[in-house]
Amino acid sequence: MSKSPSSRRSADDLGFRLGTGFFALLVVSLVLGILIELIRTSGLSLAKFGFRFWTGTVWDPVSGEFGALPFIWGTLYSSVLAMLLSTPIAIGIAVFLSELSPRPLRTPLAFLTELLAAIPSIVYGLWGIFVLVPVVRKLQVITPDWMRKIPLFSGPPLGVGMGAAALILAVMVIPFTSSVAREVLKAVPSTQREAAYALGATRWEAIQAALRYGRTGIIGSVMLGFGRAIGETMAVTMVIGNNPQIKLSLFAPQYTMAAVIANEFTEAADDLYLSALIEIGLVLFIITVIINALSRLLIWSVNREVKVKVETPVVPVSAPPTAPEAAA
Amino acid sequence: MRSKRIFLAAAFAAAAALPAATVQAQNIQINGAGATFPYPIYSKWFAEHNKMHPEVEINYQSIGSGGGIRQLTNQTVFFGATDGPMTVEQMQAAPGKILHLPTVLGAVVPIYNIPGVTTQLKFSGKLLADIILGNVNKWNDPAITALNPGVNLPGTDITVAHRSDGSGTTYIFVDFLSKVSPEFKSKVGVATSVNWPVGVGGKGNEGVAGLVKQTPGSFGYVELIYARQNKIDYGLVQNHDGEFVNATLESVTAAAQAAAKAMPPDFRVSITNAPGKGAYPISSFTWLLFYEAPKDKQRAKIMVDFMKWALTDGQKYAADLGYAPLPSEVVALEMEAIKRIRI
Repeated sequence: MSKSPSSRRSADDLGFRLGTGFFALLVVSLVLGILIELIRTSGLSLAKFGFRFWTGTVWDPVSGEFGALPFIWGTLYSSVLAMLLSTPIAIGIAVFLSELSPRPLRTPLAFLTELLAAIPSIVYGLWGIFVLVPVVRKLQVITPDWMRKIPLFSGPPLGVGMGAAALILAVMVIPFTSSVAREVLKAVPSTQREAAYALGATRWEAIQAALRYGRTGIIGSVMLGFGRAIGETMAVTMVIGNNPQIKLSLFAPQYTMAAVIANEFTEAADDLYLSALIEIGLVLFIITVIINALSRLLIWSVNREVKVKVETPVVPVSAPPTAPEAAA
Repeated sequence: MRSKRIFLAAAFAAAAALPAATVQAQNIQINGAGATFPYPIYSKWFAEHNKMHPEVEINYQSIGSGGGIRQLTNQTVFFGATDGPMTVEQMQAAPGKILHLPTVLGAVVPIYNIPGVTTQLKFSGKLLADIILGNVNKWNDPAITALNPGVNLPGTDITVAHRSDGSGTTYIFVDFLSKVSPEFKSKVGVATSVNWPVGVGGKGNEGVAGLVKQTPGSFGYVELIYARQNKIDYGLVQNHDGEFVNATLESVTAAAQAAAKAMPPDFRVSITNAPGKGAYPISSFTWLLFYEAPKDKQRAKIMVDFMKWALTDGQKYAADLGYAPLPSEVVALEMEAIKRIRI
């Protein structure tokens, strides 16, 4: 009799372990399944182009010549630009909401930023076409001639193009980065800030300490935004100009991987054409995996750095722990 | 409370009655998939057909011509639909002989946005090709002014807008350009998506129209009905006989009329740049695709009857939805061809 509750518990434990393990395995098998299916269905294109697919710059469905480089470039360039624009703003929002904002403003402001994430991307796209693109075009028209000589601002003022795409992506990414970063900052123990104040830190220094404490999570929030930017399809294709070319200019129409799949998949009747489009999906998959791995690596190296830094200042008691890092 | 109970009772009764009714009426579902361009007229036809024959439900998925051909080849749908005729390789890949039946006609018009120009511009086929190729890149280029004397054209750059998504509209447009310009044919060619030498891509008719409406000095192409409904300026196009023709339902039907004389028995014909007086040159059929020897005789019989109706009485719905009806010569040829479907 005395044995039964514990044996029941261990049976429950086993059941729970197997159940959750099964769900975890489900995700792994799903990812593997997608990878295998992508490789299988892009076989024709893989066999014909090989590695040339990654470096080719021509995309010609008529002659059956397919190269993915302009799309890879467009995806990475637009996403990086969007992150450069959105990260400072998103972290600024997060800091304001968690550290500085008057209490009654906090909830409505947080609600509004999160509302941005709920807008469907087609709505962003239409807003892009009818509001953002005309504004971008006006800015391009008034760009002075000396600036046009810089490759970043060369080309005719079309409105649509890399600049418009990066702007719309930045707007779409901000709520993701800012709401995760805000949660991270909220989770920073108040003892951290109090300790900083106790050591005579200003408010700005206390915020810095909180940011440093939560930096793993904040890097994670930025990477989440980056992932969102890489995969975004509809809003981007509506404003980027959809021309597969590798240009540095923000004025130039370019193309992304997700956009070309969405645009051309339905009408791709030819087998090689279809398999090339699926291979674009495979390339996108691989690049996403690489970026995720790099972000893990970044978080890991930052964590290690923090540990090393925490260990060293413990020895000389004279230096307050925040000071050397604030200078760095 | 009371009304709620009655409602619940009614709902249960309906739920109980539903399967019984289904069995009684012998509901037949027929699935098709393909081109997006004729979707409005097809859905109208299938809805009208359903009113006449409530026991038959024809489902049509507008997934694109390419998808329609693939699904028909894999026999996951009973019929397909396409804006460009199937290629020989595609026909060989299919498990049985496929019959193309033209259903209605569509047209593509060159659109532009030039501030200050109110007269309808004239374009020759070669000029259109040169603009798309980037050979003509200013609105006051002699090639344009020579065709449009008296029109005060500005010296601004031409911004070309094209479709970024694969589309039957693109197919019809580049098919015409390839016929009139050898340079276009060798450099770009004919497909639902092509490698455009210049310009920006907009998604869908609305994407291209949006780009052209907003960008001064721009040039693009959209379906005729789209340009008319949205009141976008579009040009006259020179046809095979040298006339500059306005795109209307009549001039599009005229193009098909001319083609009827030399119609190949399988109807896989392009009628762009068709000869004949008043024929609008950037016109095309859109086709439904059937197996000539379908396995399912019951469904085949229904679809044959449907086609006979669509080609005759059904044509009256075309004009309202912006499609040109088939000329009677073509309908007569098709009525003969339908007999090839063995039922």
